Amino acid sequence: MTTPVLSVRDLVVEIPTRKGLLRPVDRVSFDIAAGEILGVVGESGAGKSMTGNAVIGLLDPPARIAQGEVLLSGQPIQNIGREALRRLRGKRMGMIFQDPLTSLNPLLTVGEQLTETILEHLPVGNAEARRRAIAALEEVGIPAAAARIDSYPHEFSGGMRQRVVIALALCAEPELVIADEPTTALDVSVQAQIVALLKRLCRERGVAVMLVTHDMGVIAEAADRVAVMYAGRLAEIGPVREVLTAARHPYTAGLMASTPLAGHGRRRLRQIPGAMPRLGALPQGCAFHPRCDRAEARCRQDPTPRVEDCGGRAACWFPLSAPADRQEAGA
Amino acid sequence: MTEAGSATPPAPRPPGRLRRAWHSDFLWSFRRAPVAMVSFLVVAVLVLAALLAPLVAPHDPFDPATLNLMNGFTPPGEPNAFTGESFWLGTDDQGRDVFSTILYGMRISLFVGFSAVLLAMVLGVLLGLLAGYLGGWTETIIMRVADVQLTFPAILVAMLIFGIAKGITPPEYRDQMAIWVLILAIGLSDWVQFARVVRGATLVEKNKEYVQAARLVGRSPFAIMTRHILPNVLNPVLVIATISLALAIIAEATLSFLGVGAPPTKPSLGTLIRIGQEFMFSGEWWILFFPALTLLALALSINLLGDWLRDALNPRLR
Amino acid sequence: MSALVSVRGLTRVFDVSKPWLNRVLERQPKALLTAVSEVSFEVAERSVYALVGESGSGKSTIGKIVVGLLPPSGGHVEIAGVDLATETDGARVDAVRAEVQMIFQDPYASLNPRWRVRDIVNEPVRARGGDTAGLAERLLQQVGLAAEDADRFPHEFSGGQRQRICIARALASGPRLIVCDEPTSALDVSVQAQVLNLMSDLREDLGLTYLFISHDLTVVQHMADTIGVLYLGRLVEEAPRDRLFEAPKHPYTRMLFDAAPRMDGFGREVDPPKGEIPDPINPPPGCAFHPRCPLAMERCKRERPEMRSLGATRVACHLAE
Repeated sequence: MTTPVLSVRDLVVEIPTRKGLLRPVDRVSFDIAAGEILGVVGESGAGKSMTGNAVIGLLDPPARIAQGEVLLSGQPIQNIGREALRRLRGKRMGMIFQDPLTSLNPLLTVGEQLTETILEHLPVGNAEARRRAIAALEEVGIPAAAARIDSYPHEFSGGMRQRVVIALALCAEPELVIADEPTTALDVSVQAQIVALLKRLCRERGVAVMLVTHDMGVIAEAADRVAVMYAGRLAEIGPVREVLTAARHPYTAGLMASTPLAGHGRRRLRQIPGAMPRLGALPQGCAFHPRCDRAEARCRQDPTPRVEDCGGRAACWFPLSAPADRQEAGA
Repeated sequence: MTEAGSATPPAPRPPGRLRRAWHSDFLWSFRRAPVAMVSFLVVAVLVLAALLAPLVAPHDPFDPATLNLMNGFTPPGEPNAFTGESFWLGTDDQGRDVFSTILYGMRISLFVGFSAVLLAMVLGVLLGLLAGYLGGWTETIIMRVADVQLTFPAILVAMLIFGIAKGITPPEYRDQMAIWVLILAIGLSDWVQFARVVRGATLVEKNKEYVQAARLVGRSPFAIMTRHILPNVLNPVLVIATISLALAIIAEATLSFLGVGAPPTKPSLGTLIRIGQEFMFSGEWWILFFPALTLLALALSINLLGDWLRDALNPRLR
Repeated sequence: MSALVSVRGLTRVFDVSKPWLNRVLERQPKALLTAVSEVSFEVAERSVYALVGESGSGKSTIGKIVVGLLPPSGGHVEIAGVDLATETDGARVDAVRAEVQMIFQDPYASLNPRWRVRDIVNEPVRARGGDTAGLAERLLQQVGLAAEDADRFPHEFSGGQRQRICIARALASGPRLIVCDEPTSALDVSVQAQVLNLMSDLREDLGLTYLFISHDLTVVQHMADTIGVLYLGRLVEEAPRDRLFEAPKHPYTRMLFDAAPRMDGFGREVDPPKGEIPDPINPPPGCAFHPRCPLAMERCKRERPEMRSLGATRVACHLAE
């Protein structure tokens, strides 16, 4: 078995605040293999963006990695220092953010930004860097790349800009790409284009992708495996088709049931009562138990389990398994 | 019917307002900033002393009847060679007790300062709101006038207004009116920064959905501007007002120093500094020194307080 | 059911030209953005009419015109027989104004942060001089919040709860029509479910009519009775919900349905749509969709298609059948 490109083990991110120590990411573990797309799904405040930021080393102080490991192709990177991390970023890790407008420097042409990254991380000269930049733009589907390489970001439309951002993330040939809500700000038709592009490029180049989003549809179509996060913890992780159609964790099941699904018409949406707790007001015991209709005594007393503690793919003492259970949860 | 969406029961009654205020982020950052606390203390002491001047000051420097010219130029703390009276901070050339004059002078400085800033604030906020909300020609006119005024130094504008006012008023009223003209002059020279900030904030708030919701219900533009937008644009105004206060006090001192401010019968800190300047190198240093020190302490403390306030009210830094 | 809302030939043009001086110096023509172009549809009472489209489709603009926040540049909008833009009788305008309300997209900007919830919810009634005793508390309970919440400020609530407050405010004046502009787009999935269920229940209980604007096809399919599809400010297809999803007739609608990510589309290899939405300042001649349409012919480049009926569906395409 080959080493996974990204290996996260019991990652804990802490933020000291006036009101106490908050844990936006609590003992999260997952692996991503080369050429695989892992979808990280969750609602706002679940900690998925924070996890992505922690992996790539872009946590805003005072947030910091308090425990756990992040291994890039077997090499620990969670505390190698800012300078070493900076050299890794771009070369071995790429990042795609949600808003293409702010990801690109408005004062530099697209070509300048691409060549800057290429020259920084690859042993090539100026002319070769420019050639590669044009090739990168062509690969992401920018028409007339050779002409447009000297355009500024504001001269592109939203979808085109996001393609440029993808080109930028991939031009130094990284092993890992973290995409944080790459399609959320885009129109539906453009979303489809970007998702297809991402899938194709990553499969072709064997890049591992961590795709963070709240859109289930995108996950279903793009990801190979999916990790569901809730209140900073991992609720469930597994192959995408299985998790989405046969969820084991009650939260995942509830989430699936409350998503309006094409073809199901007017059936009343199942709703999970209450709301995800704020980090400063987590309940005793399992973080989900107040909203769970399967909660037992253990759930109220023992701290939230990790997936590894429960032998299966859900972080739950009483996961759903039999079809009868799933009917109840409405999945 | 509808399912209750919130499973969590409503929180218990929020604690009393004073307790909430004490624990709020605002006062918490105040308690942690020694600079802010010291500045606040200094300002409080000075303002209190000025307010209580009639009770605290040993003499009334504005009453010519109590003045004894023979008391002039008495050094601080030492008894006068002729009358034997001693004064804490000495006397000036006309026998006025410097300490009392500082106290009464601060009254003028503070009164003029506060009133001028109030005038500038009201005028600036009003014009800023109108310009931001109504747009079009209203905005263009107001903003161009503001731009033109900004090309002139504030003191010059104040002197211009002062000169015009002096020309209009009949001579018997000039001394009486001096204070009010001072307030008018400084206030009118200062409104622009308020207007600009409020206009910018208004433009932002105007496009928010809660304003559209109010328009939907048919509320008048005036109601929307005052009830909806105004409360939300006041934050930066408070900060600017505090710093403007320090500048207004210095402006008043400058104008008095130049001789176009407070009348000589009711000297302010600036007037004292002007008087003292003449005698500084002939040995009577205290006439300049103490008023200048007071002015410095007052302006600096207000400035520091305003600085802290700006950081404390900035949501991004919290 | 009679039509509560009647939109005929609605057009809205924005002048986005640079200031006069710049134009003269740079010799540029005026830039006119046609956000809505000749849109006509009707909304039956007690039904849900959804307007679907991507950015630049004009759906939000139409919503604002219907509600009276923007005047039309051309065409008419009548609500309960009254044209808000041209009606001179103040009393009639006022009466109709009370019948229409709106729910906005951003729950964080829809509530004045300095006002208490009670004042926010009561405003539509108080602005008309109505009696607001106990109104806020009753409405808050109706939308699933607590009566005590009336004393609080908006920042104490979550996004989903704020949207409920917006709904309570919208209900205050007892409207017949509520225009919902992307009401759940900013909310998480589970919260969205709560809000959508609430809106459905209220509609049944109070006999409301919704004009529901959204870009999310799954939400629209869940809520709507009739759906109108917009592209670049033009209505390209309109059909009852089931019919639209079973048999979309316009090439754009088909492309949209195919491209939308689906939760059961595991590993689906989508052939993504070509091209991008054109610039509304310089729309393509003829049919706005022809540069991206797989079926485009010569006629499509010259002649803008009219809306025609194909059974229960109305389509604006030369080739649809």
